Amino acid sequence: MEIVVVIAAVVLALAAAGTIYRIAAGPSLLDRVIAADVLLAIFGAALAMEMALTRHTDNLALLVVISVIGFIGSVTVARFVAHRKEEA
Amino acid sequence: MDALLDVLTAICLLGGALMSLAAAIGLLRFPDLMSRMHAATKPQVLGLFLMLAAVGLQLRAWSLVPLLLVAWLFQLLTVPVSAHMVGRAGYRTKHRRPELLSTDELHDVVAAVVEDRDEA
Repeated sequence: MEIVVVIAAVVLALAAAGTIYRIAAGPSLLDRVIAADVLLAIFGAALAMEMALTRHTDNLALLVVISVIGFIGSVTVARFVAHRKEEA
Repeated sequence: MDALLDVLTAICLLGGALMSLAAAIGLLRFPDLMSRMHAATKPQVLGLFLMLAAVGLQLRAWSLVPLLLVAWLFQLLTVPVSAHMVGRAGYRTKHRRPELLSTDELHDVVAAVVEDRDEA
């Protein structure tokens, strides 16, 4: 079980590194928004994995909050991008 | 029984982690916004489902299942909405690359709207 968790954690860390590179590299604002959304999903997966490993449910509320924040964030940025370009 | 549940948990954990890795590879390798969006939704829906299934399998309490379902259903409801908003904004602000599309079903509609506006 521990070996599986270590492997999964390494895989998640690689995935997080990839998304962070995409956030840094862009090329556009919307690419960064999508990558940030995926990074939040990876955080959620890590929180759930920690819950499964130590057998508690403390992080469940955090998971819901994370999905709310990701939703509000990307919708807000999407609206903002649309308005800026229409004025230009 | 315990060993079987542990094996199922391990499979769920590895599957969820690999979903995240697939999304990251998609984000790095795909050429434009629309195809990156397609890759991005995998860890958010299926990956989270596998991870929550692993939690349920380890805790072994039926009373927890509704809570896990709520956490997952919430993600399932919000992910398509935000993806739709991002895609709409991306199309309107010319983030698409037309040479990569096989069909552009929105093009005629948008062209008609622009024509109407120009005549008025």
